[in-house]
Amino acid sequence: MAEAAMEHDAVHGLPATAHGAAGEYEAPLFGAYSKKVGMWLFLASDSLTFGALLFAFSYNRIYTNPWPTPFHAESIANATVMTACLLSSSLTMVLAVLAAKRGDRPWIRNWLLATMVFGTAFVVLHGMEWSKLIDEGLTLPGFASILGVSKTATSGELADISKNIPQFPQAFFGLTAMHMLHVTIGVIYLGVVAFRKWFLPVLAVIWIAGALLIPSGNVFHYPVHALGIGLILAAVILFLKPKDYDAHDVEVCGLYWHFVDLVWMFIFPLVYLMSTKVS
Amino acid sequence: MHDIATHDDSKGQYFWVWVALLILTAIEVVLGYKQVFSPVRMLEVLLLLSVIKSALIIGWFMHLKFETALMRWLLVISVVACFIIMYFFFFPDADRIRTIGVQ
Repeated sequence: MAEAAMEHDAVHGLPATAHGAAGEYEAPLFGAYSKKVGMWLFLASDSLTFGALLFAFSYNRIYTNPWPTPFHAESIANATVMTACLLSSSLTMVLAVLAAKRGDRPWIRNWLLATMVFGTAFVVLHGMEWSKLIDEGLTLPGFASILGVSKTATSGELADISKNIPQFPQAFFGLTAMHMLHVTIGVIYLGVVAFRKWFLPVLAVIWIAGALLIPSGNVFHYPVHALGIGLILAAVILFLKPKDYDAHDVEVCGLYWHFVDLVWMFIFPLVYLMSTKVS
Repeated sequence: MHDIATHDDSKGQYFWVWVALLILTAIEVVLGYKQVFSPVRMLEVLLLLSVIKSALIIGWFMHLKFETALMRWLLVISVVACFIIMYFFFFPDADRIRTIGVQ
């Protein structure tokens, strides 16, 4: 029991004698600190969300015959670069965790910033691809009017797919939108951990710039305000917990980030490569 | 105790995991382009490669390999069990629709 109490103290960064009598606290259930266990449980539940979406996609893919294959070389090249961005971001995230283990603050920030840059590149590339596909006619009933999209082709390969096989745009936009939202949340999460309150004005500038620069007919004209919601949530969290985030926080946000990467490892082959047209 | 990465943490092993993930991605892209398999077989092969990639990410990048056996097995078994249940719900019907030709 004395060993268990010392383990608890060590996990929570307390001196071994902080609680006096040995055996006052139980040992952590999984031999890990509570934040890490909490994040793992969240990720397990989130994996079921994505799992259900991927199963639904695969179900559609199997029974819909013929399944559309709208992704040509350009789309696959773009998606491959996006995949490389996410994989590279996972490497820089691991390096941030290693820097946190060493207590090397400058390199924690550098590696977290590199991870954010790769994540942002992923979102921007994905957003450009979405805009292109929607312009060429890939859409859902009501999708364009709800989001205020002004220019959507009414004829052509993608417009025909939208009319005849709505399962494809439904699966594509459903899965990729959910994932893009997770990546965006992840970038904000990393920014808060790396820069704390200094990240808020940066996020505010990006949000306002996005709202002003994205034209009203673009699919992201309204969704960019998700950054504003993220800004409010980040400000509330920083107000309630104005702490200097430690190595545990870096490791826990790393778990979230790697999970986002992991999900894409299924979306990329299933959604893109299973819908490739060989020229 | 399993605090912040108490195992041997060399940058090299993460670099090689990253390289392996890039190579597996390249294999997937080539298979997608060549389309050497039927769609159902392609689905199986791509899923297998994705499972290998996710195992590398979970094991090394997320450090699950270095957690306690209790945490490792409890997480993996519970999530896999839920996926198996989803499989029972979705795929028998998908296969039935495909077999009887209802579009």
